[in-house]
Amino acid sequence: MNAMAEVKVIKTAAETALAHEFAQARARLPGAGAIADQRAAAFDVFAREGLPHRRVEDWKYTDLRALMREAKPLASPPDAAAKARAKTAGQWLGDVETRRLMFVDGAFVPELSDVGGLEEGLTIGSLADALADNDPTLSAHLGKLAAPDNIAIALNTALMGDGAVIRVAANSTIERPLHLLFVASGNPNADFIRSLVVVERGARVMLIESYEGAGGDYQVNSALELFVADEAHVDHVKIVGEGKDALHVSTLAVAIGAKARFNAFNFVTGGAVVRNQLFVNFDGENTVANIRGATLIKGRQHADVTLVAQHGAPGCQSREVFKSVLDNEAHGVFQGRIIVRPGAQQTDAKMMTRALLLSENAEADSKPELEIFADDVQCGHGATAGAIDDELKFYLMARGIPPSEAEALLIQAFLGEAVEGIEHAGLREALMEQVAAWLKARSAQQAAA
Amino acid sequence: MALLEVKNLHVEIDGKEILKGLNLTINAGEVHAIMGPNGSGKSTLAYVLAGKDGYEPTAGQVTLDGKNIFEMSTDERAAAGLFLAFQYPLEIPGVATMTFLRTALNAQRKKRGEAELSTPEFLKRVREVAKELGIGQDMLRRGVNVGFSGGEKKRNEILQMALLEPRLAVLDETDSGLDIDALKIVSEGVNRLRGPKRSFVVITHYQRLLNYIVPDVVHVLSRGRIVKTGGKDLALELEARGYAEYQEEAAA
Repeated sequence: MNAMAEVKVIKTAAETALAHEFAQARARLPGAGAIADQRAAAFDVFAREGLPHRRVEDWKYTDLRALMREAKPLASPPDAAAKARAKTAGQWLGDVETRRLMFVDGAFVPELSDVGGLEEGLTIGSLADALADNDPTLSAHLGKLAAPDNIAIALNTALMGDGAVIRVAANSTIERPLHLLFVASGNPNADFIRSLVVVERGARVMLIESYEGAGGDYQVNSALELFVADEAHVDHVKIVGEGKDALHVSTLAVAIGAKARFNAFNFVTGGAVVRNQLFVNFDGENTVANIRGATLIKGRQHADVTLVAQHGAPGCQSREVFKSVLDNEAHGVFQGRIIVRPGAQQTDAKMMTRALLLSENAEADSKPELEIFADDVQCGHGATAGAIDDELKFYLMARGIPPSEAEALLIQAFLGEAVEGIEHAGLREALMEQVAAWLKARSAQQAAA
Repeated sequence: MALLEVKNLHVEIDGKEILKGLNLTINAGEVHAIMGPNGSGKSTLAYVLAGKDGYEPTAGQVTLDGKNIFEMSTDERAAAGLFLAFQYPLEIPGVATMTFLRTALNAQRKKRGEAELSTPEFLKRVREVAKELGIGQDMLRRGVNVGFSGGEKKRNEILQMALLEPRLAVLDETDSGLDIDALKIVSEGVNRLRGPKRSFVVITHYQRLLNYIVPDVVHVLSRGRIVKTGGKDLALELEARGYAEYQEEAAA
């Protein structure tokens, strides 16, 4: 009775619009020859698979086909007004001194960036220029780390417009953190941003990658490929503070060499729908990595953190700690997979995710996975989800602390473990300030209700 | 007017009546001991006074300075001068002890319409009190009670009490788990705070603590009621003869 019907793929409005955008834009997108071929091949992957949906295991909790109702047109270069508004971006950093690289609606804005007086060993350029100039750095690195079958990355490769291209020469220490600010003007556009950072042997640098937008219904798809060579030390901090209606999909793909240090921190607090992907490959021996994150969302926000840490070389240590605080009807997702390849003996990998639910209507999904193909390893994972501890709250209140302040203290303590992993004291404090501001807004809302 | 007045207090927990018409009057400056066997309702009384969830009265009234405490939340009772020293003080990892102390002190001051304490003033006061209680700087740098021994936790309760300067302090089995040296330190901490305006309710199972904190009045609590009230000698009597006769009386 179940006659096999011919499978007919019905394209969603967003899928149709993306195809239209690509057809319209492919001729004017930067990069010819091999780059154009790379774009076309990537688009074919998307054309074949469509937007990922809940029956695709990696996207089970973030059904992009359902969540992305339409695809916005590609952003045009920002006008003077948008650039003027972007000047105030990044204020949350306080007095942390950084070298700012400003992108407005995905386009590099040199006049708002600190590109003068570069430290020795530091090279900075824009992806649009590098693509147009056929920069040899690109052929060696672009697309080498980002998984081509991941649809978010495929779309990024097909439609990438601009981004940063950074190289840190061997044994250079860059004292001033590099801050990539991606600011949305709020126009209903889509920004496809691709960046490339190559940190050579023994070099040291800190990268801050932040996203913000005042408001507006816009879409961001950003990907950063980061090469960390042997004995290099890289800190990466990503802050997703998009406007409340934004759709944000971003990827960090990292390859780490031997005896290197890598610290990552991911702070997600803005955006209507956020998917933050991390792919970390341990390609050299005896590297140590700390990968942490804090998600702080409310209302009907949806934030998905998907991490794949792949140990391909022996003797590496990785720690993954992700915490989320979910209020109202917010939905937090953590998917974490640790893969230990055959031969990656003496791997020491531990992953922990904890969710704190501030409301009965909030939802936390976590999916920790271990795939181990070596026999002499120490690996573990854990996941918890729960409400604020009433006993602790009572203890604080019994000392005269009002309920909203007591909760705020407990929430800050909960996130502390993740935030304290940031080595830069100023940045750590700036982020705790962000947490405090979020909590203050929450108690003000409770007081008003 | 009495500082604390408890009249005909009835409390049920999970459908079971624990306090069955308790009466208690405490005047300013007095130290009252409440003694009784396990399960007599001692800790329930402490939690009802502090306003813990699930410990609501079914009948009766309690006033602090003439004000009905059942109309106040736990933090409001604290600001009104009620302090509960916990039998089992909790560990709060990630909340620094100094942040905790300062937040509590300033929240109470704010509620009472007083100015917040300046940082140097606050630090000076904490250091003074900590020194008297033998609480080292390293302990103050840790999360609240994190990694503290049982005795250290109890000393930390007294530190909080000394800083917050309550009108009425309820000490819930503060002697449990203390060795004799810690008992002395804690008792001295309490005795230093005794004064004509401050009252104490010392809840204990054993008479030992009352050698160090000498009470003005001793009550025997059994099966949810105060069955006998006397002077400090009553505690010695109880120590010698046990609670058996009161349990029988209450049952009768």
